[in-house]
Amino acid sequence: MDGIALLTIFVLAVFVGYEVISKVSTTLHTPLMSGSNAISGIVLVGTIAVAAHTESTALFVLELIAIMLATINLVGGFVVTDRMLQMFRSRKEKEPRA
Amino acid sequence: MNEDWTALLYLVAAVCFIIALKGLSSPKRARLGNVIGAAGALVAVLVVFAAERPDRLVWILLAIAVGGGIGLIAARRVAMTAMPQMVALFNGVGGAAGALVALLELAEGTGGGLAHLGVLAFTVLIGSVTFSGSVLTFAKLQEIVTGRPMIFPGMRWVAIAVVAGSLGTGIWVAVGSSVLGAVLLAVLTLGLGLLLVLPVGGADVPIVISLLNAFSGITVAASGYVLSNTLLIVAGTLVGASGTLLTKMMADAMGRSLVNIMFGAFAGGSTLGSTTESDRPVRSAGAADIAILLGYARRVIVAPGYGLAVAQAQHTLRDLADELERRGIEVSYAIHPVAGRMPGHMNVLLAEADVPYDKLKEMAQVNPEFRTADVALVVGANDVVNPAAHASPGSPIYGMPILDVEHAGQVVFLKRSMRPGFAGIENELLFDPKTTLLFGDAKDSLGKLVAAVKGL
Repeated sequence: MDGIALLTIFVLAVFVGYEVISKVSTTLHTPLMSGSNAISGIVLVGTIAVAAHTESTALFVLELIAIMLATINLVGGFVVTDRMLQMFRSRKEKEPRA
Repeated sequence: MNEDWTALLYLVAAVCFIIALKGLSSPKRARLGNVIGAAGALVAVLVVFAAERPDRLVWILLAIAVGGGIGLIAARRVAMTAMPQMVALFNGVGGAAGALVALLELAEGTGGGLAHLGVLAFTVLIGSVTFSGSVLTFAKLQEIVTGRPMIFPGMRWVAIAVVAGSLGTGIWVAVGSSVLGAVLLAVLTLGLGLLLVLPVGGADVPIVISLLNAFSGITVAASGYVLSNTLLIVAGTLVGASGTLLTKMMADAMGRSLVNIMFGAFAGGSTLGSTTESDRPVRSAGAADIAILLGYARRVIVAPGYGLAVAQAQHTLRDLADELERRGIEVSYAIHPVAGRMPGHMNVLLAEADVPYDKLKEMAQVNPEFRTADVALVVGANDVVNPAAHASPGSPIYGMPILDVEHAGQVVFLKRSMRPGFAGIENELLFDPKTTLLFGDAKDSLGKLVAAVKGL
C-alpha cells in the first residue's frame, strides 16, 4: 500500500482514538492503560511477518526474541485487564453476596 | 490466504480494538469489551500465520508459547498495588518488540525510499526510548533504584550530545540505509530513554507511565507504516491517542505542565521539598473520639491517598464503611485523579476491596457534595486535599485541582506523622479548628476505628 494511503489511515485513526478515549470513564483509567497496552501488543503480527521468511539464523533468533516480547505484552495485557475489570461491580451486583 | 481476505480480517480486528476501548466508557460493559479486543487480537494472529505461512513455524510457535506463559503468570500473580510497575514493563517489552521489528526489517535488506527509511529510523528511536525508559520506571517503582530525581553533573551536556548523536545516526539510516547506523541509533536512544526518566521524581511517575504508554503506541503505529500493515497503524494510533490524553489529564490534575514535570529537575527545581516536621500545635484524638464523630454522622466522604495503599489498608477501610453503613450512615469515596501511582489506580485498589464502583466518585462530581457531608475522612492523602492549592499563589501546588474536604463539617486525618506530603509543603488544614488527627499506621488506625464504631 502506498505511503499516502497509510498516512490517511493514520490521520483518521488519530481522530477515532481521540473520540473514543475521551469518553472513557475516569474510574477505569488503569484498565484503559493496561487494555490499550495489550492492544499495542498486536505488534506481534508484525514480528511474525518479519520472521516468516528469514534466511539468516542470527536474525531469526532476534526475531524470536521480538515475538516473545510482543506475546508477553499481548497476553499479559489482556489477562491483567480482565482481572481488574472483574473486580468492578456495582452496588446491585454485590448485594446478593452480602 | 489472498490479500483481500487478509486486509478484511485485519479490519475486523481493528474494529474489535475500537469496541474494546469503547467498552471502557462504563464498568458494566468493560469486561465484555476487553474479551472482544482479545478475540480481535487472536483473529489477527491467525491471519498473519495463514497469510505468511512461516518457514520455521515450530520455533515461532515455541516463542509465542514462552512469551504467552510469561505474560500469563505475570498478569495472574501481580498485586494490585504493583500494577504501575507491571504496566511499565508491558509498555517496555512492546516498545522493544517494535524497535526490533524495524531493525530486523532493515537488516533483511528490504530497501525503500527516504520516507520509508526515515519512519524506520523513527521506529527504532521511539521503541528504544520506550524500552529503556520503561525498565527504569519499573526499577524506580519497585524501589530497585531510588525514587528521587537523579541528576549528575554535566547531565545536560550528555543529553544534548546523545540527542545530537541520535539525530545524526537517524539521518544516516534514512539516507544510507545502514544497518550499523541503525544499531548505533538503537544504543544511543536506549541511553536517551534513561536520561529522560532519571530526573523524574517518584510522585511524577504516573505522568511518565502515561507518556511511555503513548510512546509504545506510536512505536507500533510507526512499525505498521514500515511493514505496510494497516492493523498495526490503527492499533498503535489508538494506544498513542490514549496515552497522550491520559498524560494531559494527569498533568492537569497535578496543576503542572508536562515540560515542567519531565525537565523540572534539570532546571534545579526538584519536586521534592522540605521533609521536616512542623511543631505547631494540632488537635489529635484517640480512636474512641473519632468513632463517635463518625458513628453519629449522617454522611461521610472518604478521601483515600496512596498512604492507604502503602499500608495495604483498603480492606480495613471497607470494613469501617460497612460498619458505618450498618448504622444507616451514607458513605462514599472521593477519588483524586492522581491518587495512587498511575491514572485511576485508587479505583482499582478499592474495587479489589469490594467497594462498589458507584460509590467511587470523581473529583468534579464529589466536590460540591463536601458541603453537605458531616465528616470528611482523609486516609493517607495530603497534597491532594491541601487548600493552599486554592489560597496561596506562592505555593508549589497553587492551581492544582484538589478535593475540597475543607468544606465538610468536620475533617479527620489519619496520618502516620506530621511529615508533609510529596510536594513538601505544610497543609494549613491540619491546624484548622474543625480538623482532628489520628496518628498511626493507616491499617492500625482503621482497625481501631472499626472496633470502636462496633462498640458504640
